[in-house]
Amino acid sequence: MNTEKNIKTLIVKKPLKLDCGKIINDFPIAYETYGSLNSKKDNAILVFHALTGDQFVTGINPVTNKEGWWSYAVGPDKAIDTNKYFVICSNVIGGCMGSYGPSHKDPDQKIFGTNFPVITINDMVNAQYNLLDHFGIDKLFSITGGSMGGMQVLQFISNFPDKSKTVIPIATTSSHSAQNIAFNELGRQAITADSNWKDGNYTSNDTNPGKGLAVARMAAHITYLSKKGLQEKFGRKLQEREDLKFGFDADFQIESYLRYQGSVFVDRFDANSYLYITRAMDYFDLAKQFNGNLSDAFINTNAKFFIISFTSDWLYPTQENKDIVIALNSIGADVGFVEIKSDKGHDSFLLDVPDFLNALKNFLDKSYEEN
Amino acid sequence: MKNEFQVIADLIEKDKKVLDVGCADGTLMKFLKDNKNINIRGLEISKEKVQECIAKGLTVIEGNAEKDLKQFPDKSFDYVVLSQTLQAFLNPELVLDELLRVGKKAIVTIPNFGYWKVRFHLLFKGTMPITKTLPDEWYNTPNLHMCTIKDFFHFVKSKDIKIFKSLALNNLNSSIINESNLGVKNLFADLGIFLIEK
Repeated sequence: MNTEKNIKTLIVKKPLKLDCGKIINDFPIAYETYGSLNSKKDNAILVFHALTGDQFVTGINPVTNKEGWWSYAVGPDKAIDTNKYFVICSNVIGGCMGSYGPSHKDPDQKIFGTNFPVITINDMVNAQYNLLDHFGIDKLFSITGGSMGGMQVLQFISNFPDKSKTVIPIATTSSHSAQNIAFNELGRQAITADSNWKDGNYTSNDTNPGKGLAVARMAAHITYLSKKGLQEKFGRKLQEREDLKFGFDADFQIESYLRYQGSVFVDRFDANSYLYITRAMDYFDLAKQFNGNLSDAFINTNAKFFIISFTSDWLYPTQENKDIVIALNSIGADVGFVEIKSDKGHDSFLLDVPDFLNALKNFLDKSYEEN
Repeated sequence: MKNEFQVIADLIEKDKKVLDVGCADGTLMKFLKDNKNINIRGLEISKEKVQECIAKGLTVIEGNAEKDLKQFPDKSFDYVVLSQTLQAFLNPELVLDELLRVGKKAIVTIPNFGYWKVRFHLLFKGTMPITKTLPDEWYNTPNLHMCTIKDFFHFVKSKDIKIFKSLALNNLNSSIINESNLGVKNLFADLGIFLIEK
């Protein structure tokens, strides 16, 4: 965590007033870019990452040495073609890949832990907006992201209505549901129940609340998949054994798979960041910011929207995505919508789902031609 | 380009806002967008067709006209187009009402069950008619509520819907339908095109 090498950082001098009331300044935003900005500066796409993502969208992540989280969608000749577009992604504030977060030090050189201010999706996009000034971009060609990335997309265009030509929220919601909050709370409780958490004041890696964080990840991971997908991939298959062992080791492949997912996650993610970011998601309710009328969030934008959901996504189901479409239609906004058939659950947007990738590519390329 | 689409395009002025309900692969939308600078949206139920529209750079919403028209505000489009789909809805009357609520005007085309070939087919063969505009077998047709040009004409009148223009189409020929020639047109046209308003 927080490996300083290979992380590009923008220090934001301008004070940022957070929703909680606190003001931060001189804070770092860690970012990465792919492709190149053309001379007209009209080919930039700002990608927002999901809960456990980071700025390393594609290629090999230099910190984890694994493939970037959106490698299927972003890269040369891919749906978001980096031969054509300049892709920018930054780590959200509250995160743990270089942007200002709970593992950073406060002005007294003490690690923040839970003294870091509670942040919101609104705070995240306001912080990231500074990247446009940094690159001298007046108007982005597109903003996109799935899950929490989609929430940031919605908040960004609401805050900065004339700063993007196209807007692509994917597998997301305009308001975190009770079920979403419940799953996040389960994860937070797993972390805070770990005796190594110490009210967030853990310091070195060997005493961090890895067990709690792993359980949080395991629970969340189930919500990213579909029942059918799990059944087809794992069923009741046993893990490297002929028969049940009548014990509590991982008899089933699904158990082993989840344990593995949990264990690799703790190597790259900070438990306090997990608390902060899930909290930001839970607080997200765009309609509430506009007195209950979601349409008002988009009333000032002429951007072209394209909303994508997945049939087997039960975490951010089609209806929640459609609610955004309905809010946009009711004000005559330019909005397209497609529900992609996939058994891969909420994670579909991260995976090789050809119908999704084709729709994304066609929408972007055709919209860019019309420029 | 189907003759039907050419006739529909001729009914719509330039620079208008149009919703194509059941827009299929977007052929008509693309034509209107490219040739008449029309700001056009589509509503389409088939995922495959929606993908084809996106590939053409068209704005399309995947959805079901019987449920999803209600999200559009009153008179939010200059024209709403429904091409050869009315007969496939569970409740065509409701859909027609919605078209006229959402659009200032609506253009509805219907395959004519009163066309002479259809009548002959049933009369002489004694089996359900199959023609160019009605290509499916009885067991797999999406059409639930077939009607004739005459049926639709009377239906619209009974609902106090204003008919601006009604056209009979037979292959490449289109001609005006009115009260006096309704019987003849109902026999010789395989498609009826109606420009209506409520």
